[in-house]
Amino acid sequence: MAFMKRKATGSRRSPFAAVLVMAAGLALTGGGYAAATAAVESSTTTVASAAQLEDGRKLFLANCASCHGSNAEGTASAPTLIGVGAASVDFQVATGRMPGQASGPQLIKKPVQFTEEQTAAMAAYVASLAPGPEIPTAAMIEANGDSTRGGELFRINCAMCHNAVGAGGALTEGKFAPALKGVTSQHIYEAMVTGPQNMPVFNDANLTPEDKKDIITFLKFVEENPSAGGYELANLGPVVEGLFAWVFVLGLIIAITIWLAAKSN
Amino acid sequence: MSDKKGLAAAGSPEPEYDYNGGLAVISGDKMANPGIEPHRVRMTDKSPKHEKAAARQVSLMFFASVFGSAMSIWAYFAFPLTEDLTSVRNNTLWLGLGITLGLMGIGIGAVHWAKTLMPDTEVTEARHITRGSDEVRARAIEIIKLADGESGFSRRKLIRRSLYGALAFFPLPAIMLFGDLGPNPGDSLRHTMWKKGTRLTKDPTGTPIKASDVTIGSVFHVIPEGLNELEHHKLEEKAKAAVLLVRLEPSDLNEAEDRKSWSYDGIVAYSKICTHVGCPVALYEQHTHSLLCPCHQSTFDVTNACKVTFGPATRALPQLPIAVDSEGYLIAQSDFTEPVGPSFWER
Repeated sequence: MAFMKRKATGSRRSPFAAVLVMAAGLALTGGGYAAATAAVESSTTTVASAAQLEDGRKLFLANCASCHGSNAEGTASAPTLIGVGAASVDFQVATGRMPGQASGPQLIKKPVQFTEEQTAAMAAYVASLAPGPEIPTAAMIEANGDSTRGGELFRINCAMCHNAVGAGGALTEGKFAPALKGVTSQHIYEAMVTGPQNMPVFNDANLTPEDKKDIITFLKFVEENPSAGGYELANLGPVVEGLFAWVFVLGLIIAITIWLAAKSN
Repeated sequence: MSDKKGLAAAGSPEPEYDYNGGLAVISGDKMANPGIEPHRVRMTDKSPKHEKAAARQVSLMFFASVFGSAMSIWAYFAFPLTEDLTSVRNNTLWLGLGITLGLMGIGIGAVHWAKTLMPDTEVTEARHITRGSDEVRARAIEIIKLADGESGFSRRKLIRRSLYGALAFFPLPAIMLFGDLGPNPGDSLRHTMWKKGTRLTKDPTGTPIKASDVTIGSVFHVIPEGLNELEHHKLEEKAKAAVLLVRLEPSDLNEAEDRKSWSYDGIVAYSKICTHVGCPVALYEQHTHSLLCPCHQSTFDVTNACKVTFGPATRALPQLPIAVDSEGYLIAQSDFTEPVGPSFWER
């Protein structure tokens, strides 16, 4: 090869220098592009074993294809799963919402029907169809972020549907935003990034993974720490607290007033 | 008349007065005066055992009060406030219970003492008629005439009239203070911070938003660029300029002809301030394309320019015309074309 002969004339540069420079240039520009676009398309498909994919495909055909189509292309009853990503499948199946029980305004959380291996297999299969949001890593969902910042982000983006501390709230025509107490950090992350049912999608450009971690930290803090104000009354706010005051406290005041004016026996 | 008997019975020092009501119609009592109910003897008067028990109860209440006050002092030291929120809860609860017991113990004890042990004979208090006797009235007129004569009020015209002038003018400075109820808002409700070219930025960080970041089904909470750097009236401006950004399939949007240029490839921006009473309308339902206000449940249809489909709001949410600048960031084309938020008189 020509480049190997060049060394004989006393050049200090290695014959492989040209190759290395080209490789470095490609890596820099290609890596730069990948990093810049990684924010929105937040997934590089993780490699799943062929056996897991086959298991996932079989489970999919047996349990999901009747509504979602044999190629996950969707039918009149259910939307397409192409591009929803492993995070969607893990959220819907591992919380028990899928397989969907009955059509109505909203799917309800039910007892989980699949084991963890089966859920992972189906998630891997759906993820293999097209790139989509990935299941978050343990580091991404650990509750060691900034709970104050998480609280501010939660109040701006989430509290209007889910209540100021995640106790849940009503939407139109029978839909509702569920309470967030007892939901695992993984499922909270997955719900934010995939936007299940009528929940909007909070992609990584809107709420960065750092923001999502802060929100999870805030929710876990609220869940684990008692309210400084005493009995929370399910965190439902002024209506419940007012009812408590009017029934019990005012009742006590009326009882004392009646006793005050009554004659002694 | 029965009231004459009542006055005499009460031993009133007033002379019996035959009240002539003038033109008023005086009807006789429709209901016979039942008098005072018969005296019922208390158990504590009949039985020394009950009396002793009542006395014990009263002193028990007072001891409970002492206990309560001591408990609240103990609680102050036993539950210091720490990082743990449970400490706040305990501190407040036991301090409060202690003080409540301390005060209510005294109150309940005192009332119980009065009811059970103090004398309970009935007493009638006389109620005198308001009008004085003729002698009293004549004497009153005499005194007034004397005062007038000695002060010279009627005689001295200059003093009297200048006093009237002073009394008429002295409330006027107070009326001036009503001026501090302002300032008049002028046309501040008709304009917001949005101008041609203002970038749409995320709430609360203020980072600009690229059109490619907004994917189908996502919702961005938007504030205008420069809001976080405002020194004065930041909250007032935020309360008018808050915007919700959503992206729909362009085929789902039914846009009016003159508003087709206000969206960008299915991305639309609407004012977040409800046109009913002003709560932030941000409950976006991704599939039904409904925008719900949490306060009174006004529902707006994003596919039809946020027209009201349910609830007490009567006007659609104002739309912010948006475009994309040369770097791909979303910008406003202009301010809103109508005032945002609830109705006001001059709207």
